[in-house]
Amino acid sequence: MADEALFLLLHNEMVSGVYKSMEQGEVENGRCITKLENMGFRVGQGLIERFTKDTARFKDELDIMKFICKDFWTTVFKKQIDNLRTNHQGIYVLQDNKFRLLTQMSAGKQYLEHASKYLAFTCGLIRGGLSNLGIKSIVTAEVSSMPACKFQVMIQKL
Amino acid sequence: MAICIPVITKENYPLYICSIPTENELKFQYMVHTSLDVVDEKISSMGKALVNQRELYLGLLYPTEDYKVLQGYATISKVKFFMVVNSSNTALQDNEIHRMFWKLHNSYIDVMCNPFCNSRDFDNMVMYIMIQVC
Repeated sequence: MADEALFLLLHNEMVSGVYKSMEQGEVENGRCITKLENMGFRVGQGLIERFTKDTARFKDELDIMKFICKDFWTTVFKKQIDNLRTNHQGIYVLQDNKFRLLTQMSAGKQYLEHASKYLAFTCGLIRGGLSNLGIKSIVTAEVSSMPACKFQVMIQKL
Repeated sequence: MAICIPVITKENYPLYICSIPTENELKFQYMVHTSLDVVDEKISSMGKALVNQRELYLGLLYPTEDYKVLQGYATISKVKFFMVVNSSNTALQDNEIHRMFWKLHNSYIDVMCNPFCNSRDFDNMVMYIMIQVC
């Protein structure tokens, strides 16, 4: 599908664009991840507004997380989250065994250190989506073996 | 006739307000403020009931004597749209208001998703609704 390829290309260029501007000194060193994350946050907020237009109201937090794992993920990445785990105390772990934005890279350990660049935007996406549904959270990502990755969502109780 | 169309965010602060004639704007703000509790109550009760879960339209909120009627609509992300309608206009059907809110919602989404934020389209839609309903 064309729109999928466009998203992948745009995302790749976005990451390399941000890092290039760091080399030229426009963005402070170490702020790149934050910048990408903030971009994702804004996009996530907009997207959730559009996606929830025709859905039923959510009952609770778990309901919202399920929506993120199923509908949201399918629309953005063309597949569902493979595994969702929670401790029922505000921590959710979303596991994707074949994460779309990492499938273009070689599966070995060679590029493992660069993986975090390509996950920052998605972390922001989740955080932005949740925040627009009224949940404040911290989202971190980790990769142990490409292209599988885990997103940890920590809900911040008020 | 829609005289005033306010938009309220999920944290309950006003995001947008447009009214004709403009001199009554403060009064409308008070009206909307009074009805926010009703909206919260309706939204939380809707979450529990199994029916109407898809219904975003909240119906009549706050009928007043001298003024008109306040209609409400809340999105899933709890952004609220209101519409102050002149009660002298009885011809206005429920489903008509429903449709206008739906249009308003759509154009709100378009503005929200646009990174080059340009609220002119939203302004135009609000104006269109106000004039159309007259």
